[in-house]
Amino acid sequence: MVDVDEQDAAGRRRTAVPPRRRRVQRVPAALLLPAALGLGFLVLPLAGLVIRAPWATLPQRLTEPGVFTALRLSLQTATFATVACVVVGVPLAWLLARVEFPGRRLVRALVTVPLVLPPVVGGVALLLVFGRRGIVGGWLYATFGVSLPFTTMGVVVAEAFVAMPFLVIAVEGALRGADTRYEEAAATLGAGRWTTFTHVTVPLVAPGIAAGAVLCWARALGEFGATITFAGNYPGITQTMPLAVYQTIEGGDLPGAVVLSLILLVVSVTILAALRDKWISSA
Amino acid sequence: MGTRLVRTALAGLTALAVLGLVGCGGGKTGGAASSTASSGAGVTGTVTVFAAASLTESFTRIGKDFQAANPGAKVTFNFAGSSALATQINQGAPADVFASAAPTNMKTVTDAGNGAGTPTTFVKNQLVIAVPKGNPKGVTGLADLTRPGVKVALCAEQVPCGAAAWKALTAANVSVRPVTLEQDVKAALSKVKLGEVDAALVYRTDARAASSDVDGVEFPESSGAINEYPIVVLKSAPDKAGAQAFVAWVLSDKGKAVLTQAGFQAP
Repeated sequence: MVDVDEQDAAGRRRTAVPPRRRRVQRVPAALLLPAALGLGFLVLPLAGLVIRAPWATLPQRLTEPGVFTALRLSLQTATFATVACVVVGVPLAWLLARVEFPGRRLVRALVTVPLVLPPVVGGVALLLVFGRRGIVGGWLYATFGVSLPFTTMGVVVAEAFVAMPFLVIAVEGALRGADTRYEEAAATLGAGRWTTFTHVTVPLVAPGIAAGAVLCWARALGEFGATITFAGNYPGITQTMPLAVYQTIEGGDLPGAVVLSLILLVVSVTILAALRDKWISSA
Repeated sequence: MGTRLVRTALAGLTALAVLGLVGCGGGKTGGAASSTASSGAGVTGTVTVFAAASLTESFTRIGKDFQAANPGAKVTFNFAGSSALATQINQGAPADVFASAAPTNMKTVTDAGNGAGTPTTFVKNQLVIAVPKGNPKGVTGLADLTRPGVKVALCAEQVPCGAAAWKALTAANVSVRPVTLEQDVKAALSKVKLGEVDAALVYRTDARAASSDVDGVEFPESSGAINEYPIVVLKSAPDKAGAQAFVAWVLSDKGKAVLTQAGFQAP
């Protein structure tokens, strides 16, 4: 994680003020206390899940058919949504990073709106456009008899809507940080913009795309509000893990909800850990 | 070079991850009760009522009437599926009164020792088939819900409207494959209002409250799945006097009049 510029800067600092670098710094209590509080606040609820988990009945609960159905649906829809986001999100990020066009800042702002929008509002908005009486959905239904709500594809649409900004922003950041001289060199050697994109740009920012895709996938996996609003809730069709957790807790089955939450937690942490290794080893 | 990309992406991602966490809200929870005494006749302070979603319109009205009669009092509501409310109460949500759409969910609360006294049944309610205005699919009974091309929303089984729906469907020996299982009756109704489904089993009172958007189709089997609504003052109620006064108002002639007008039946 250390690059050349940083080493230079650190080296200069080291020669200028050596004692301060060597001495173990005292951490001010005014910073340490809130930091510890923040850490506890983040970790304690997760610990609560582990502590309150019904360990005795866990194997039996894990093998309940509904658990596997919801997990499989979650993994499938999150993966589909991520693939869709990569297919349209990477070109969108490239457009934002590499092409000067009027209103680019506005477009960038629009792309980030789903990030700050409460997901349930996203679900309502999706219904108004892709619902059976929606602007696009009404036409789809009248022409092809297709309706997205209450289908697994509806779940994918809801997840992609919420998760795509994460990918676009991550990839755009990577593109802006990338050295454009390689692309310029490719161009001077006669490569067109498409060839440059596929042969130079994409390999150059591949780590950024991978990081964005994983974040996008994780966000899609956790999607709740837009999914339940737009796609509904039916086991095996639209009931993903977060919806299953919600329905289970609403039904008063606290241990059941804890088990489902624990599974999601384990899956997320595993992904995060795998990712971290990837990032560090690539340095 | 490659590392800088990763670092840039990482920095961005960290910021985004933080943002992402913020956007994951869900569910409905009511406000906390705070008893602030003020001068005025009768009851003072705040009464927090957790009530079944199907009581939304009538209890809101009753709450206004109650406040008008007790100028020092304030009534706040948390409307949701009865099963969700029972869970919230048993998890320690600050509520003074619980009005459930079925005895089962009330029992969950009283069994956990959270009720003060015995619940009183104050109304009964019955299911109808809610269809979009004009009944475009020509639904006349439960059997029509199995027709191909008729999309049906039901409440989840643990919610009273869902339990009643399954009971009625079983009694009619009709096997419906719903497209969605909603967490309270208003959510099921809204799918009809939006036109996303062709029919939903909701209470007669809900269909009546939404009569500008939906029609209610009566069906004979609903008489075999009538829900009794119990109400109780909760043990943890910070303001027992206010809570008891509100329950008494619901059971009074004034309360009954509002409930009957909404389509509820006398117990």
